[in-house]
Amino acid sequence: MMDKSKLSDPFEKARVEKGYGHMDDQNDPVTILLRHKDVRKTAHNWKTFQSGGEEVGRIVIPSEVKIRDTRQIPFEVDPPLHKEFRSLLDGWFKRPNEPAYQEKLHKQISALVDEVLNKDEVEVVRDFSLKLQSRALTLLLNTPFSESETWISWGTHVFRSEGESLDADKANILYNYIDERIIEAAKNPGEDLYSVLLGSEVNGKKLTHEEVKGIMILTFAGGRDTVINALTNSIAYFSEHPKSLHAIKENPEMINNAVEELIRYFAPLTHMGRVVTEDTQVCEHAIKADTRVSLCWASANRDAAVFENPNEVDFDRKMNPHVSFGFGTHNCLGATHARQIMRTLLGILAEKVASMDIINTDENIEELGEFDRKVGYNAITVKFNKY
Amino acid sequence: MAKITFITSDNEKVTLEGASGSVMQLAVNNGVSGIDGDCGGVCSCATCHVFVAEKDLEKVGDASEIETDMLELADEANEFSRLCCQIEISEAIDGIELTVAK
Ligand code: HEM
Ligand code: FES
Repeated sequence: MMDKSKLSDPFEKARVEKGYGHMDDQNDPVTILLRHKDVRKTAHNWKTFQSGGEEVGRIVIPSEVKIRDTRQIPFEVDPPLHKEFRSLLDGWFKRPNEPAYQEKLHKQISALVDEVLNKDEVEVVRDFSLKLQSRALTLLLNTPFSESETWISWGTHVFRSEGESLDADKANILYNYIDERIIEAAKNPGEDLYSVLLGSEVNGKKLTHEEVKGIMILTFAGGRDTVINALTNSIAYFSEHPKSLHAIKENPEMINNAVEELIRYFAPLTHMGRVVTEDTQVCEHAIKADTRVSLCWASANRDAAVFENPNEVDFDRKMNPHVSFGFGTHNCLGATHARQIMRTLLGILAEKVASMDIINTDENIEELGEFDRKVGYNAITVKFNKY
Repeated sequence: MAKITFITSDNEKVTLEGASGSVMQLAVNNGVSGIDGDCGGVCSCATCHVFVAEKDLEKVGDASEIETDMLELADEANEFSRLCCQIEISEAIDGIELTVAK
C-alpha cells in the first residue's frame, strides 16, 4: 500500500460547504478560514486582522499568551514598523541564494545522506531531519558548525512537550540559550546574526537585547518544526514514489517545481492566527472584534477552485500559487533558506539513493477542533538503499 | 532573440537579450536588482513583479486568472503590473520595457 506518505485533506467538506471551521483554544476560540481566496485576502488585510497586538503570543495556536512575554519580531509587529524590521532582515535571509552558501549546504547534506546510506535503519525525524535542519541553521546564522550539536541535543520537543501541551520549562532552555549568546556577542562581536543585529538600528535606534532576542527566538522556532516536517515528509514521499526520484535524476531541471509542489502538498505549517480589530465578515460569516481567526495554509493549498486535482502530487504543475510560506506582509522570512535546503536535498537524494523502504511510522496528528490533520511524523524508521 | 529592457528602482536601465525561457529567469540570471524569483516561476511569490510600458502592453498580452488574482493583492499593483515569470521570451516581445516594482 502506497499510503504511508499520504497527507489527506481534512478540511474539504467544511471548506466547500461553509468556508470556515471552529476550534477552542484555552477559552480564546478561533475561526479557521479555509478557502484560498479568503486566506490570501485576510493575510493581506493586516489592519483588520492584526499580528502585532498588545497580547504577545496570541496569534500562535495554541496560544502562547500564558508562557511568553518576548515579542517575536517581525512576526508580531504590524506595518509600518514591520517594514523597517523586514528591510533590516531581508538581505541577510536572502544569503542562501549565494553560490558559496549553497556549496556549504550541499556538503552538509551530502555528508548526512552518505551517513544514513551506511546505516541499517534510520529514525528519520531525530537522526536525519533534525540534524540536517540544525546544521543548516548554522549557515543561516553564520555561527560555528559545533553549535548545531547543542541544538540537536535539545531533541524535537523544545517548543512543545509530548502531547502538544504548552511547556514553559522547555521553551526556557531555548530562551536562556539565546540570552547567553546575545550577551556573548555583545562582549565579543563577530560576524554572526546576533552580532549583526546588535550593531543595527531601526528607526534610528539601536536594537535592544529584547528585540534581538525576539528576532532570534523566531528564527529558531519558525524554522525548526517546519523544516523538519518538510524534510521528513519528503523522505516518506520518495520512499513510496521511487519513480519520481528517478525522474528527477534524469531531469534535474524539474527540481524547482517539484519542491514547490511538495511544499504545497505538505503545508508544513498548518495555520497561523490573527486578532480581529473590528467587527467584520469573511465569506458571509460575521466575525467579532477582539476574537481570533486563523489563516489555514494547509486547507487553502487544497482548494479545488485554484488547484486541479488538489490531492495529487504533480511535479508538472506550472502554476502553483500555494500559500505554504504564507502570503503578503508576513510571508516567510526563512523561505529562501527552506527552499534551498529542499532543492539541495532532492538533487542529492536523486543522485545517491536508489530507493528507500519505510519500516514503521508514528504519525503526528494535530487536533484543530473539528479537524484532525496529519502534519508529518513523530518518528519514522526508514532503510536507505544505495545504487 | 528578444531584447528586453529593465528599469530598476535606482533608475538604472539594463537591456538583456534572451531566446527562450521566462523573463524572470533572464533577469535573475543577470542579477537585475528587485527581481528575486523566489518560487522559481510557479506564480506563488510575486517577487518578480514588473510594470509593462504602456506601448508594450499589447505585445506582452494578458495575464492568466491565477496571475491576476495574485496581482490583485500585490503591493503597489496597477493596470500595468505583471509577474514576469509568466512572460515567455520570444521574438514577439522584442524591444519591451519593464519597470521593476521593488
Ligand atoms: C518549509 C519551511 C517553512 C515553512 C512552511 C514556513 C512557513 C511560514 C509561514 C506560513 C509564515 C507566515 C506566518 C504568518 O503569516 O503569520 C512564516 C513566517 C515566518 N517564517 Fe517561516 N516557514 C518555514 C521555514 C522558516 C525558516 C527556515 C525560518 C528561519 C530560520 C523561518 C522564519 C520565519 C519568520 C521570521 C517569519 C515571520 C515573517 C514576518 O512576520 O514578516 N521560516 N513562515
Ligand atoms: S517568480 Fe514567484 S511569482 Fe514569479
